Amino acid sequence: MAFDKMELRDIEVWDGNFAAAQALRQAQVDVVAAYPITPSTPIVEGYAKFKADGYVEGEFVMVESEHAAMSGCIGAAAAGGRVATATSSQGLALMVETLYQASGMRLPIVLNIVNRALAAPLNVNGDHSDMYLCRDSGWIQLNAFNAQEAYDLNFVAFKVSEDHDIRLPAIVNQDGFLTSHTAEGVKTLSDDDAYGFVGDYKPMNDMLDLDHPVTHGVQTEEDWHFEHKARQHNDLMVKVLPKIEEAFADFENLSGRKYNLVEKYDMDDADVVVVCMGSSVETAREVALEMREKGIKAGVLGLRVVRPFPFMEIAEALKDVKAIAALDRSSPNGAAGMLFNEIAGALINIDTKALLSGYVYGLGGRDLTKAHLTDLFTELQANVDAGKLTTKQQQFIGVRGPKLSFL
Amino acid sequence: MSEIKKIKNLKEFSTSADRFEGANLLCPGCAHSIIVREILNATNDDLILSSSTGCLEVCTAVYPYTSWDASWIHIGFENSSTAIAGAEAMHKALKAKGRLKQDRDPKFVAFGGDGASYDIGFQWISGCFERGHDMMYVVLDNEVYANTGGQRSSSTPIGSSATTSPAGRVSYGEKMNKKDMLSIMAAHGSPYVAQVAPNKWKNMIKAVQQGLNIEGPTFINAMSACTTEWKFDPADTVAISDLATDSLVFPLYEIIDGKELNITYRPKNIVPVEEYLAAQGRFKHLFKDQYKYLIKEWQERVDSNWEYLQRREEARV
Repeated sequence: MAFDKMELRDIEVWDGNFAAAQALRQAQVDVVAAYPITPSTPIVEGYAKFKADGYVEGEFVMVESEHAAMSGCIGAAAAGGRVATATSSQGLALMVETLYQASGMRLPIVLNIVNRALAAPLNVNGDHSDMYLCRDSGWIQLNAFNAQEAYDLNFVAFKVSEDHDIRLPAIVNQDGFLTSHTAEGVKTLSDDDAYGFVGDYKPMNDMLDLDHPVTHGVQTEEDWHFEHKARQHNDLMVKVLPKIEEAFADFENLSGRKYNLVEKYDMDDADVVVVCMGSSVETAREVALEMREKGIKAGVLGLRVVRPFPFMEIAEALKDVKAIAALDRSSPNGAAGMLFNEIAGALINIDTKALLSGYVYGLGGRDLTKAHLTDLFTELQANVDAGKLTTKQQQFIGVRGPKLSFL
Repeated sequence: MSEIKKIKNLKEFSTSADRFEGANLLCPGCAHSIIVREILNATNDDLILSSSTGCLEVCTAVYPYTSWDASWIHIGFENSSTAIAGAEAMHKALKAKGRLKQDRDPKFVAFGGDGASYDIGFQWISGCFERGHDMMYVVLDNEVYANTGGQRSSSTPIGSSATTSPAGRVSYGEKMNKKDMLSIMAAHGSPYVAQVAPNKWKNMIKAVQQGLNIEGPTFINAMSACTTEWKFDPADTVAISDLATDSLVFPLYEIIDGKELNITYRPKNIVPVEEYLAAQGRFKHLFKDQYKYLIKEWQERVDSNWEYLQRREEARV
């Protein structure tokens, strides 16, 4: 082997970006084609430095745009090897065309998205607009709440994405700055353990198998297009979640760290529950505990897998809850929020009396404070007490000016 | 080192093993298929290929069929260059890691139309050439967005009637001169760029073989006469191509290392540009009295360009 292994301490102080870069190094990615953009740039920079210092043997291709980054990743993945990249926000927006092509061509690729707002107005800070932009793109989407998870979920992403039963690209989301630039203790895997978990890349329909030529990226019109898309959706709906659970179980055996499709905190007897993603989960957990001291049975549901959406697990977790708040960190621009919609879809046909309201928060990196969440849980309890929504169904929290609420 | 095929004559060439099947949906008389067959037949090397969205792509890979007996990929309109660059990077990585299934080095070739290359995919090609991927990029230059019904591209020549620059009562059609893509690619420092035409097949094979033999990004601009949009009889593809090369509207030359320009074909009898224009429906309106001055300008432009190429060749710059 023409690269050096790295000795890591059991716990390193890493931010989310460096944690992701380390995961890519340990997975021994064959090709990284990338383009820098705030706040995901340090992932690419970190990887470039690993390459420069001889810790990476694969090819690192610094291309001229995010569209080219994913185009190169697609060509590399079709050629037959392990592929990854990273981006954020506008970069992801430029990349979107190729996201659909990657998933439609059933190519395993791991994309780290460091979530950031979408312009205009231009903003470099964290919200989930970019995550939502590609939510129908056919990629598996995992969600990290902190740097540790950004590290761990990369390994899970490779394992699931490259599985021959799956062959779908996977995104690992982490919050811009709040996770990506916040240094914290990250429990590490040794290089051997990490690579052993991900395993050797097993090629399938690889262009570089010169004795067996393959054609990638065909044309289908009304005669076959629907069947291809339907099969892709079917595999996402039926095959992916069990495979993720399998990978989570293997990962727990290796690391002792347990992951679930939805993460339940204080949910066993909860009356009022906040459902959210990213770093907000940890803030909400803290506030839920404080609410319990005040006699409000509060709980938090963190969404670990965004796509495919874990409808059954959400329904199971929420069926006995009395009031639910779906927190969307992206402007729905004329509709209910994504989380609100999907949760409503998960609950509509089951036996539940849960009241559901939606909150839009934190756009462009605006803080979600403990005070906001205290008010929110209190509002949910008021809904429970009244037996109906005491507010409008959709509210904006943390925005200046007169209170904004709709529906 | 590329395995050069020894090709004695056209008959032998046309009957040699073919990795591009005749079973495709391209128009009768389309020069694309002639060019692609000539390029794929130029070498015995393994080939990894890509195509941008366009005539070649939609006519050769309609599920569940394929015309390609070599690995081939299509992603989108603008990125056949980067698709093949990604595959080339993977080959390099797997070779370094000792994971190639066969101990052979394939050649990486991307195809794109002039719309995909001169216009929408220009940045991607530029990026690939700047980064120095070991690949060949081939433009199938039919000077128009043919797949979508004949809209102008930046390769469409002045005076041509295209659907988005139509000739009309007060317009002679396309107003802009064709983009000089070869010079632009030579300026990238490409070790080899060449302009070729399928009617001069030996010339073309030689250029392609030379390009494949050189390490680094090489560029081939192949004139592809389009029976549908240039508006000529499908049986006349080679005759029209002869008019293009012999009138010097489409001069054949190469530039090595961005500096050394060689003219690779000198017509024995130079044909007037007017004959080339007159043979195609897209220039028909130029023969109206009001636009005849444009034919004269065409000839002057072609003469001046030919003189420029000869001066550069002589000066070795």
